[in-house]
Amino acid sequence: MSRQASEKIAFAILTILAVVVVVPIVLVVVYIVVQGIGAVNWEFLTAFPRNGMKEGGILPAIIGTVVLTFGTAIVSIPIAVGAAIYLAEYARDTWLTRSIRLAIINLAGIPSVVYGLFGLGLFVLFMGLGTSIVAGSLTLGLMTLPVVISTAEEALLAVPQRIRVVSRSLGATRWQTVRQVVLPNALPGILTGVILGLERAAGETAPILFTVAAFYLPQLPRSPLDQTMALPYHLYVISTQVPGMPLEVQYGTALVLLVMVLSMNLVATIIRSRFRRRRQW
Amino acid sequence: MKQRREFLIETLIRLAGFSAIFFVALIFLFLLREGAPAFWETSLGNLFGQRWYPNEDLFGTLPLILGSLLVTAGAVVMALPLGLATAVFIRELAPNWLREILKPLIEVLAGIPSVVLGFLGMVAIAPLVRETLNVPTGLTAFTGSLMLAYMALPTMISVAEDAIDAVPKDYRDGALALGATHWQTIWRVVLPAGRSGVIIAVMLGIGRAIGETMAVMMVTGNAARIPREWYALFLPVRTMTATIAAEMGEVAQGSTHYHVLFAVGILLFVVTFLINAIASLVVIRGGPRRGGRLMG
Amino acid sequence: MVAKFSIRHLTFRYSDGVALRDVTLEIPANEITVVFGPSHAGKSTLLRSLNRLNDLIENEATEMSGLVLLDGKDIYRPGVDVTELRRRVGMVFALPIPLPLTIRENVVYGLRMRGERRQARLNELVERSLRQAALWDEVEDRLDEPAMRLSGGQQQRLCLARTLALEPDVILLDNPTSGLDPLSTAKVEASLQELKADYTIVLVPHSVQQAARVADLAAFLLGGDLVEVGPSEQIFTRPQEPRTEDYITGRFG
Repeated sequence: MSRQASEKIAFAILTILAVVVVVPIVLVVVYIVVQGIGAVNWEFLTAFPRNGMKEGGILPAIIGTVVLTFGTAIVSIPIAVGAAIYLAEYARDTWLTRSIRLAIINLAGIPSVVYGLFGLGLFVLFMGLGTSIVAGSLTLGLMTLPVVISTAEEALLAVPQRIRVVSRSLGATRWQTVRQVVLPNALPGILTGVILGLERAAGETAPILFTVAAFYLPQLPRSPLDQTMALPYHLYVISTQVPGMPLEVQYGTALVLLVMVLSMNLVATIIRSRFRRRRQW
Repeated sequence: MKQRREFLIETLIRLAGFSAIFFVALIFLFLLREGAPAFWETSLGNLFGQRWYPNEDLFGTLPLILGSLLVTAGAVVMALPLGLATAVFIRELAPNWLREILKPLIEVLAGIPSVVLGFLGMVAIAPLVRETLNVPTGLTAFTGSLMLAYMALPTMISVAEDAIDAVPKDYRDGALALGATHWQTIWRVVLPAGRSGVIIAVMLGIGRAIGETMAVMMVTGNAARIPREWYALFLPVRTMTATIAAEMGEVAQGSTHYHVLFAVGILLFVVTFLINAIASLVVIRGGPRRGGRLMG
Repeated sequence: MVAKFSIRHLTFRYSDGVALRDVTLEIPANEITVVFGPSHAGKSTLLRSLNRLNDLIENEATEMSGLVLLDGKDIYRPGVDVTELRRRVGMVFALPIPLPLTIRENVVYGLRMRGERRQARLNELVERSLRQAALWDEVEDRLDEPAMRLSGGQQQRLCLARTLALEPDVILLDNPTSGLDPLSTAKVEASLQELKADYTIVLVPHSVQQAARVADLAAFLLGGDLVEVGPSEQIFTRPQEPRTEDYITGRFG
């Protein structure tokens, strides 16, 4: 077989495989939209569930997810950004620093259900917080740490070293340099990382299974020690444990969750590309 | 005083930096604390036995471990060629405009929550599998592998892309100058040079697949049985992760069942720890390097 | 001659070799001292030893011995306020490196880090420094624009103004005109002649010609050794060392 022919075949196979990867993504999104859009209306988004979840809306689940996302942000952002600043600006190449990096890699690899288990054992039971928004936020926040640390560190390191040197040569201290010059310029990149991390936290089920999620609550949570409903958990329960649940409602719930998560993705992408265009070096 | 305030801030930053080590240790120790009792509350023979039937005090984890392995293996086998091909396609074949479409699409895939994929797998894919393959139920290990393969793809594609990018331009130029076609260059030069990247991609894919919970829970049928038959891929199976997720809500705190679930958690933690540690050694990481002596 | 800096037996070592070997040099106040020589002679290292910018090197181990006295006091003794030192001994780098801020913010950066808050004082120093750097006329009506929008020559004069705003005693310039066109270069050189009345200037020149144009005192550095130092007229017309003569006449570069 000539080389040209085998090249053509090889490229054809590559293309087919790439199509096999990419086309289902579009199909999945489109299918969920098509199947679920019927159920999504104003009442669906703003009302409480009725009649065993089969009617009414999913407002408390939506609010719950929003609340948990905020809680995750509060827990993870300070620690993650602080750790990123440490790694990018202060840490030397010692075994300690390498251990920290290894720890971060491992935190990133821990299965989400193991985070849930840990959250149950430590926050819910040992610390006596009970299944609560606090316990859930702590668990999700811990899970989100590695992602935000990595992207934040990358954003900080993207600021050229010479700018730091100039700042120090003008009599600024290391922290002043970080605070006045490095951090403000890394902020869009950090923000992108934060949003992507929160996006993942919003969509996770396993970490909240035993730490905060409830299936049906008659009212919205009133304190951080309350339980709350949440979209991922809600979808899981109505699709596996409620007989007779209209399929359209299930798809509708999936659609709402998908839209929420993907719009966060979109925001992060927009920030990232605006930042890249406006970058001053 | 300004200096004292700055010292305080820098101390907090240092603490934040060390916190990663603290948290990993904390998680491991806590899992150990709650899971260790499983080893003396029930015999090792029981724990590694073949029957998982907690109601009768049978805690054989073998079906769960094998279930996880089967589903993971299936996922990696499917994802590797797909991921590699896509990475090569994006980097080597696709025109720029196509690349700008493909990359966001893959990011969309990465963003789809696992429960949504599990849901779709359960209500749409599983029936499809059942009809096409003519099996009693579509909730099988195969279906799980399929969903997992797609979930692992974004990571694998990204790593493969990096590996392809890392191949020095000289290698390619040299091959092309010797009269090789584009494909020959890819096949004989780029891919072998990016070998270590492929290994990392595989390892990260394995790590991702073993740790996935919701998608497999909703789609693999949750039958804790040992996959013996050659066609076991098309029978229901149960993973370690699904077991924890499904049963943790129902156990009494402090019971043996509770401890055993934590023990399974320890196993998952250790396995993913090892996978990630080894993968990170294959990549020489001293952290991102700051260029130059001072002015980098 | 009043010595501003007194460098005594300075040796500086990087992980891959010696950069400065037993350098002893007196830098007079209110004059332009030029440190010239081929690349990797140690000139930048020498400059950075004067404002302790070498302290910032983190990726490798460095070793230093010897004394650097500023106004008679060792700048490396324990307890020295290094940030204050760097305000007194300012530096302009080879490539213009504006901070990603506005023109005004660039100029006042050092002052703000020191704690200066009075707006009137800041404005006054902005104008004065930009005039001293021969940039005021070109930017006075766009002080709040991003500094990155200036041309290369303007950026470099901005960097000079930025250093001047701190009212330093010494200005170190490491090859400041390397990326500049002849007109900008001439402007910078002219500014230096005016500035030396109030400041001590140490310059690593772009070329031997620039050194000859600008220097009061000239020091020839070769491979870490201080080969010869003397008044400009003497060094560039009647150098005593053969190596100096060879370099000046272009036998090696």
